[in-house]
Amino acid sequence: MSSPSTELASFRRMGIYEPFHSMSTWANNFKDNDSPNTGSSTVVQMDARLDNKSSEYVSPEPGEPSRNDHEANRANDKIQRRLAQNREAARKSRLRKKAYVQQLETSRLKLAQLEQELERARQQGLYIGGISDTNYLGMSATVNSGIAAFEMEYVHWVDEQHRQISELRNALQAHITDIELRILVKSGLNHYSNLFRMKADAAKVDVFYLISGMWRTSTERFFQWIGGFRPSELLNVVTPQLEPLTDQQIVDICNLRQSSQQAEDALSQGVDKLQQTLAQCMAAEPGGTGNYGSQMAAAMENLEALEGFVNQADHLRQQTLQHMSRVLTIRQAARGLLALGEYFHRLRALSSLWAARPREPA
Amino acid sequence: MDKVMRLASEKGVVIFSKSSCCLCYAVNILFQELGVRPLMYEIDQDPEGREMEKALMRLGCNAPVPAVFIAGKLIGSTNEVMSLHLSGSLIPQLKPYMQQTMS
Repeated sequence: MSSPSTELASFRRMGIYEPFHSMSTWANNFKDNDSPNTGSSTVVQMDARLDNKSSEYVSPEPGEPSRNDHEANRANDKIQRRLAQNREAARKSRLRKKAYVQQLETSRLKLAQLEQELERARQQGLYIGGISDTNYLGMSATVNSGIAAFEMEYVHWVDEQHRQISELRNALQAHITDIELRILVKSGLNHYSNLFRMKADAAKVDVFYLISGMWRTSTERFFQWIGGFRPSELLNVVTPQLEPLTDQQIVDICNLRQSSQQAEDALSQGVDKLQQTLAQCMAAEPGGTGNYGSQMAAAMENLEALEGFVNQADHLRQQTLQHMSRVLTIRQAARGLLALGEYFHRLRALSSLWAARPREPA
Repeated sequence: MDKVMRLASEKGVVIFSKSSCCLCYAVNILFQELGVRPLMYEIDQDPEGREMEKALMRLGCNAPVPAVFIAGKLIGSTNEVMSLHLSGSLIPQLKPYMQQTMS
């Protein structure tokens, strides 16, 4: 039977005893580095048991001198028990360490993913890196975080859009049943509804940001109408892909095209009127009382109306999508959604190409 | 409110609005495009404007203006008008009130 001190030494050699201390130090370091600004997702779920320190680890007590055989056996038993406890503690410690390392690995992957997304968002010229945009100096923290949240959500939205478009393309090529196709079409339409909901929230936070289109690519911005795509643009893109159409469908689509065009015109003229009113308000000399305050108050009222226009424009987009899908067969609706998704995808790709094009040296 | 309902029945198509409201202007433009000349009643120019605003909200409008009435019946605000128009259900309701086109 080896003496307790050699037992301790052999534990040390196995590297069990020391890492207990440094592992909890690792854990603490990691906790401190987890920035409070990362908001929603906690990168590492700390295993609470890790902090429960080595209570199971029992240092072998110095052995008691044996008086007689019986006592020697008892002491031996005690030592054996302790050794077993120590082995158990060591085993548990190894398992905890393994779990911790796995969590670190997962977090590392997640971090890499987030960095990638951030980089992509920056390349699209999104707000997150846009401290250069002087409009945002002096904006309140809530506005910034609301807009940043929207941008991140939008990046996810675009990714999900790509995935759905691929799924639609495969489904149409594979000739799946109408029932299955219906599910995909429903998801596609819901996905657009999600976008409009996100935009409504963002409009409450900062309507000018939404209207600026800075959250979209430059080519998309070129075609922009009141914070998004034109409903009539949707119809122009989609309709050629839907042949053959029944006579009734042709009539319905024609009517839809006409009514959405009329609604678009009405809203456009409303926005023009808003601009005009605001300009007149700003250009006017404040009244004899030098009432700068009331002039600004009137102007503020005008600006509040802008949110209403953005909401109406999105409502129009939503309605156009819904009505189109009602006029079409499921297969046509699927082809329509695919055409629309691919169209925007190509616009975004064009934007990247354009940004990356070789330029003449100045 | 009596005044609101009375005014709403004064003409075939009545839109309660405010002078500063550009969405009201947009809805008016749409109706004119469809060949209708609505009666635009600006409640902010009316001494009982506040009362009328509350009455319109009580009738179920999200925003008091624009509040569109056809044949004395509340159709709704911009949202409802746009939805109806895209579904093709607006024009049939406006038919009786469409102006003869001037030659």
